[in-house]
Amino acid sequence: MAFVNMKTKEVQAKIVYYGPGRGGKTTNLEYIYSKFRDRIKSDMVSIKTHGDRTLFFDFLPFDIGKIMGYDVKVQLYTVPGQVKYDATRRLVLKGVDGMVFVGDSQVEQRKKNILSLKNLQENLASYKKSIFKVPLVLQYNKRDLEKEGVPLLPVETLEKDLNSQLKVPSFSASAVTGENVVPTMKKIISLTMTSLQNVMK
Amino acid sequence: MGSNYDDNVTFTDYTLGQEQLERIEHVLSEDLVRSGVHSVLLIDMAGNIIAKCDNGNCDHDLYSLAALASANFAAVDTMAKIVGEEEFSLLFHKGQSESIHFSKVNNEFLLITIFGKEVSLGLLRLKVTEAVEKINSVW
Repeated sequence: MAFVNMKTKEVQAKIVYYGPGRGGKTTNLEYIYSKFRDRIKSDMVSIKTHGDRTLFFDFLPFDIGKIMGYDVKVQLYTVPGQVKYDATRRLVLKGVDGMVFVGDSQVEQRKKNILSLKNLQENLASYKKSIFKVPLVLQYNKRDLEKEGVPLLPVETLEKDLNSQLKVPSFSASAVTGENVVPTMKKIISLTMTSLQNVMK
Repeated sequence: MGSNYDDNVTFTDYTLGQEQLERIEHVLSEDLVRSGVHSVLLIDMAGNIIAKCDNGNCDHDLYSLAALASANFAAVDTMAKIVGEEEFSLLFHKGQSESIHFSKVNNEFLLITIFGKEVSLGLLRLKVTEAVEKINSVW
């Protein structure tokens, strides 16, 4: 539910990073914040617990410049990943225009990824949105752990588990090192803008 | 998936033209900022800023404020439902020098008012109620 202001020629779009707890959603935003510090005028907002877990959401507003004569402001949000925070997670999804699903590549997290994606589908449905229609990108995070001997799911397995029906763009990434974090973001921004184009003509 | 889904996933159920936005900004400026309010924002429930107006001396991070305000409102609204209330009618945070007042305009929009000690809460609520009626008459 992007807002297009015809008067100031400004578009505000909401992109939400979703996924299981400790999967790297906040780390994605922190990397983007550090990388584009000079272009982001305000501070990143994080509402978290004393133990540094996301309690409500992180928020990062990001000017991406002009598209078709409109100043485009993208608002990046994360949700809390922990199962118990489902009520707040649903609130953050209100009015979402594009989604990144950050999956955890560790073998032991396989089930949590699947459950979290299913939870996303249910929560979108509560706003009458279909997961098959919302602009969506998958990110298989923590690929860097392979070097440290942590057992990781092969990308083919992740694709089969999460993307066999959705068939959306996916990236192998490491939010900690920054690998493929920016390409993930660029992809979701471009998909979201394409879906908004009809109204910006 | 069937007909339970809204095909138009990305766009708003409301559209506001330039003239409507100008009328809304006029209300914000004439009814609220001229009454001594420091800054006023009309936001939607997703946290987007629809219109804003201030007295020229405000330097707040309004985009973050809008995101937090919509989330705060949604959280309080959910709490109301849990305790069996339709909604909590007064939403107000008081500070030493700045206070924030939230008012629901309709199902889509919220009016966020930031004001100082020189404006009483009673007067503010009166002015906000008038402004909300005027904004609702815009569409």
